[in-house]
Amino acid sequence: MLFIGIYGFLTRRNTLAILISIELMLNAADINFAAFNRLLFPTGQEGYFFTLFSIAISAAETAVAIAVMINIYRNLKNNFVDTLDKLKW
Amino acid sequence: MDYTYTYLILLLPFLSFLFLGLTGKWLSHRTAGLIGTLVLGTVAVLSYYTAFEYFTADRVNGIFQTLVPYNFTWLPFYDEGLHFDIGIMLDPISVMMLIVISTVSLMVHIYSFGYMHGERGFQRYYAFLGLFSMSMLGLVLATNIFQMYLFWELVGVCSYLLIGFYYTQGPAVAASKKAFIVTRFADLGFLIGILIYGYYTGSFSFDFTNTAVYLNGAAPGVGAGLSKAIAGAGFILPTALFLMFIGGAGKSAMFPLHIWLPDAMEGPTPVSALIHAATMVVAGVFQVARMFPLWIQYAPDTLHIVAWIGAFTALYAAAVACAQSDIKRVLAFSTISQIAFMMVALGVCLPEGSFTDNHASLGYMASLYHLFTHAMFKATLFLCAGCIIHAVHSNEMEFMGGMHKYMPITHITFLIACLAISGIPPFSGFYSKDEILVAAFQYSSALGWIMTGIAAMTAFYMFRLYFGIFWGTENKAYHEKHKPHESPAVMTVPLIFLTLITITIGWILPGTFGSYVSATGKAYHIDIDMNVAITSVSIALISIALATWIYARNSQPIANRLKAAMPQLHKWAYHRFYIDDIYQFVTHRIIFAHISRPIAWFDRHIVDGFFNFLAWGTNATSYQIRTLQSGRVQQYALVFLFGVLILILMLIL
Amino acid sequence: MATTIIFYILAAIILICAFLAVTTKRIMRAATYLLFVLFGTAGLYFLMGFTFLGSVQVMVYAGGVIVLYIFALMLTERQSTNEKSPISLAKKMVAVMASLGGAAMILFVILTHKFLDAALSAPSEQLISVKLLGQQILASGKYGYLLPFEAVSVLLLACIIAGLIIARKR
Repeated sequence: MLFIGIYGFLTRRNTLAILISIELMLNAADINFAAFNRLLFPTGQEGYFFTLFSIAISAAETAVAIAVMINIYRNLKNNFVDTLDKLKW
Repeated sequence: MDYTYTYLILLLPFLSFLFLGLTGKWLSHRTAGLIGTLVLGTVAVLSYYTAFEYFTADRVNGIFQTLVPYNFTWLPFYDEGLHFDIGIMLDPISVMMLIVISTVSLMVHIYSFGYMHGERGFQRYYAFLGLFSMSMLGLVLATNIFQMYLFWELVGVCSYLLIGFYYTQGPAVAASKKAFIVTRFADLGFLIGILIYGYYTGSFSFDFTNTAVYLNGAAPGVGAGLSKAIAGAGFILPTALFLMFIGGAGKSAMFPLHIWLPDAMEGPTPVSALIHAATMVVAGVFQVARMFPLWIQYAPDTLHIVAWIGAFTALYAAAVACAQSDIKRVLAFSTISQIAFMMVALGVCLPEGSFTDNHASLGYMASLYHLFTHAMFKATLFLCAGCIIHAVHSNEMEFMGGMHKYMPITHITFLIACLAISGIPPFSGFYSKDEILVAAFQYSSALGWIMTGIAAMTAFYMFRLYFGIFWGTENKAYHEKHKPHESPAVMTVPLIFLTLITITIGWILPGTFGSYVSATGKAYHIDIDMNVAITSVSIALISIALATWIYARNSQPIANRLKAAMPQLHKWAYHRFYIDDIYQFVTHRIIFAHISRPIAWFDRHIVDGFFNFLAWGTNATSYQIRTLQSGRVQQYALVFLFGVLILILMLIL
Repeated sequence: MATTIIFYILAAIILICAFLAVTTKRIMRAATYLLFVLFGTAGLYFLMGFTFLGSVQVMVYAGGVIVLYIFALMLTERQSTNEKSPISLAKKMVAVMASLGGAAMILFVILTHKFLDAALSAPSEQLISVKLLGQQILASGKYGYLLPFEAVSVLLLACIIAGLIIARKR
């Protein structure tokens, strides 16, 4: 799922689609943590808690990212990531 | 005897240079001139006093002691035990030179008041004169050869500055560059000589016999020459001495390094009098005289080579002087010729028993005596020439002629100086030149006759000059327009003073000069060798008569006939036997075209080109890779991903 | 045995939906596919016995984040939100190569690595109670998570404020 997310990130032009891909990547990582915790460390809980916190943080970060996107949309009137190329040479 | 005041002799002119150089712009001409002259006057008084004290002090073992009032270790090289010192050494020849330099310099200072009146840069001129006086005095008072080299270069710099005094005119600039480059080129030999000498003997000091008396706690400089066995002295020391002589040859205008001196006449005439007649150009002679104990003990054959070089130079210069029309050029070549006489005198000294026998080293004494007298009468001649040029506003003889009506004082002084240089008794030139001829005959009668012949030529061209200026064909049209007038007192008083010296020194010092300055330091009475004296005087009189017959009348038919009969010889002599053109050819066509230009091309295209290429390459590369910074997030993420994958790859492999 | 089958079904759902999410042309569909992926992930958590985690996943992610996305998509919808012009093939190929290459590498690493023996034992069926969870989160001892908890709260606060400020009306 991680690499599917990466493919999506690199290919999509809509910024929100890119954010969706980011969500996919984060979820993949979370599953990974939980699985390792379950399989390798049955007695410890670190992976569990980390996943918990990771979900919380992803949500927060998504909120901020969407706020930014909305702002960009207001200024540029479109949602394409190609137009966001002002920070170049 | 306390000689602590001697440092003032060096310090005062230097301070005058600094003061006039820095504040001259805001001083009036009079003030600057007065300051310069007063300082030099003080220095002259101090020099006379030093000489008086020194020569009236007691002798030790019949020799004047070498006294060293000051000697500081300046640059020590601990590993080698060598060290460069700065100090003051009082020695018969250095004290004698003190008198010469300070007298001529003082006269030039006074004279320049009138000659340079109204010139732009008056204060700068006096500043440079002060610097020059300091440098020359430092050169003769040096305690070791490196100090001499230091002041040698300083003197060269002053010469450059003063020759190029009229820096807005092309010829002056070119002449100053030529002087500096030629002497600097010769100084390369000097430096190599010093280094070889220092390396093999372990010392630079002039205290060859370790008998100098160091006063005031001066640091002793251990002399290496005579009291230390020199390993491999077979050819090392003669080579080192000869290389040093090459430096001296450049400064003293020996053939073929003489080319700068005629062109140096572009400078103001008092400068020519001071630097190029009396003081700087004798630096080479002085250097050989200083190192004379080494020369005569370890390199007598090289010394004889020096004599022959001197003889050839004298002949060449005399030949060229016979055909010049610019009065300063005639005097310049005359200077070259006379300095060559001095070198010959030094060169004909014979080694056997010479360090205990003054007779075999008569040349040493004769050379220094001639240095003294020559400085006086040559300075007179140049200053007279300055008066004439000042009156006529031109250097060429065609504008002169019949000047004896207008300038009586200049006329008399010039005549006396000419008689002196031709070797007519009772003037001083006779005595000194006579001694040189005696020494030459002692070494080889062939050389003796050659020198006598050159002395005859000297008389001839000097009187040609005299008649050409003061009698001969008068340029009446020109003299109607610009009435020549006698110079003001400030310019004629120095002339009279120097002439008086020329007249009197001859009587006073013939037998007694040797009592002060001689090769061994012991007193040496010279009697006049009647054979040589009569020969030389009679030949001189014949030459003068010849010159009178040819040049003294209103027209010169004989001269014109001679010129028509030998046009090639005249042309060659007029163009100085094309030596300058040979130099031009060698430097421009060969060195510049085939060596300098390729090197310059290499430097400009390859060395610079390499760096330009680096810059261009960086620029081009950056132009290409700037698309990486596209601003597109996805591209950044892609690159990022690639980086991570590569890292993982490196980790698993 | 049953867990294995359920695992494979869930994994299939997740992968197919994820793939569809990134390749579909219409954003709303992408968001919907994302929703299904999140449900699948929650199912995986439940399967592993992390009940609280699964519920949090559903509540926060599937409930909150997807709703957020839908709102954002609605707000920024226009004609141009549909992907009109196709993506250049080169770009796609590069991305595919990168993804496949990366996936191959990671799979290689995972499959050849020797995991500890503890992995091969059957997972314990002991569920983690909420009581234990609460105690752990607010503990300040060795395995306590008080500090991260507080830090995350501050972060959430910051994000709320940031979101408000960035997206307010001028």
